Amino acid sequence: MIGVGVLKGMAVTLRQFVGTYPAGRVLLKALHLPEGNGIFTISYPETKQQHAERFRYFPFLVYDATPDNLRCVACRICEQECPPQCIHITMAKDEQNRPLKANGRTFPAQFDIDVSICMSCRICVDVCPFEAIEMDNRHEIATHARGPELLFDKTELLRSAEYFQQIKPTEAAVVNQRLVAKAAKSQPPKPAAASTPPAA
Amino acid sequence: MTNAALKTDLLEVNLGPQHPSTHGVFQMTVVLDGETIVSLKPVLGYLHRNHEQICEDVSYIGCFPYTDRLDYFCAMTNNFGLAVAIEQLGGIEVPERAQYLRVILAELTRLVNHTAVTGFLLNDMGAFGTPLLYAFREREKILDLFEMASGSRMMCNYIRPGGVREDVPDGFVGRAQEIVAAYPRFLDEMETLLTENEIIRQRTQGVGVLPKALAVNAGITGPMLRASGVDYDLRKVDGYGVYPRMRFKVPLGTVGDVYDRYYVRVLEMRESLKILEQALKELPKTGPALSAKGQLIGRSPRTFRPPKGDAYGRIESPKGELGFYLVSDGSPQPYRYHVRAPSFINLTVLEDMCRGQKVADAIIILGSVDIVMGEVDR
Ligand code: SF4
Ligand code: SF4
Repeated sequence: MIGVGVLKGMAVTLRQFVGTYPAGRVLLKALHLPEGNGIFTISYPETKQQHAERFRYFPFLVYDATPDNLRCVACRICEQECPPQCIHITMAKDEQNRPLKANGRTFPAQFDIDVSICMSCRICVDVCPFEAIEMDNRHEIATHARGPELLFDKTELLRSAEYFQQIKPTEAAVVNQRLVAKAAKSQPPKPAAASTPPAA
Repeated sequence: MTNAALKTDLLEVNLGPQHPSTHGVFQMTVVLDGETIVSLKPVLGYLHRNHEQICEDVSYIGCFPYTDRLDYFCAMTNNFGLAVAIEQLGGIEVPERAQYLRVILAELTRLVNHTAVTGFLLNDMGAFGTPLLYAFREREKILDLFEMASGSRMMCNYIRPGGVREDVPDGFVGRAQEIVAAYPRFLDEMETLLTENEIIRQRTQGVGVLPKALAVNAGITGPMLRASGVDYDLRKVDGYGVYPRMRFKVPLGTVGDVYDRYYVRVLEMRESLKILEQALKELPKTGPALSAKGQLIGRSPRTFRPPKGDAYGRIESPKGELGFYLVSDGSPQPYRYHVRAPSFINLTVLEDMCRGQKVADAIIILGSVDIVMGEVDR
């Protein structure tokens, strides 16, 4: 019969509509109808979406203990591999153009990420051999202009290892394991190193 | 007085590029005789981003985030297609668990795409908002699952040559099973809303018919080809990955009109659910999700220098045959990188389907083709 299909469709819409009210859900339950999903949206600034742990936004630089103890050694691998080329690094050098060292490591004098270009692909994190760069999940960074506000420099990118631990506990545990393994491999005195050939 | 006796002029109308019904920045220049379409010219290129050239300038791994942005509804299958091509080029093995994960992610993507396109089709027909939001509500649940695995809802960059970037987190399989178990109810609801609805039947049946012969000759693939009654699905034809182990049917249409294209997609979703059930059950509990070579390529992309030669990898993406043609000259970057984009090729028969139809039908015919401009223009 003509029109039955339309009415059935409207019944679906009606049920969905009723189901968005708490009282309506009680009613649907009483009528033995599927309750539907209820309200699916959240009122954003008041309530915040719970992100998955792996949720990634823009990268940040990790430091241990104090902000001058960066893990980054300014090797520029991430700069080279970043597909849209949005990382800019210069290594800290003295007047004779020799690399400066802090805590026995070279470090970047300048480390900028243009987040208006960054596409949150995570490739920089994958290629960094020093676990120095990780993905942040802080995403409320809207600005009124797209110039310097979105060019994050070294100070803006710095986050502590604890912060990383806090936002991504699972990933941080894996990273820490790798760091410990690496330290163990580089530490032992010469005779021990001879018996364990370096892994490729 | 008949129409012929009236002295009328043909009228040229631009539909788009700034119009919600054209699915992105797409323009159709339509020549009308009254309300009937005499000819239709698609105007492309508004979203051209130089995708292929950019990918010739980055490492093979660097191409992946760009493929996410081709057809932004189906990032997972885009990654999958490129990974298949690179694996052929470099002779990379894929571990068993990764094979299953890929199939699971690809079928979830098919659900996402077909759900969304059905919602959009309704939108184009004038059922503004409501059915689309029902569709998006379901899609959202799957996107949450993608976020759980890859860290991003739409720009996943997750499937890699040699497997997937990192193994899925704990709880992924359980969540996926819940979604798969609940999905049929949504599909039933959607079908109650649509399949028997007289208004929709009136608007779609017999509209925009694509004859079988034309579909084959024009190189149409995907649900659009199958709606015209041609049994051609790369999951069966090529049998890549672990698809040969899955039991599923390839739904076919009979007429090849807008209604068939809609209905074939609904049936495909039901088949996808079957595949998902099997794959989630058979997924090996342990084992690597990325081969050793894949890990190496991920860590230092520029050490991957495939031997001189070329390769063409293709998969059945939700929109049709998605192929990547790569030429290597032995350097860390592709010498030539070409995408065979199903949206683009499926769009070539638009004029043939629209000629003689009413102008309002052009919108739903376009909607039934299922295009995403990111993939058409590249
Ligand atoms: S972040 Fe890592 S890859 Fe980038 S320069 Fe620093 S140490 Fe090198
Ligand atoms: S996330 Fe991707 S685009 Fe952004 S800085 Fe890292 S490599 Fe570059």
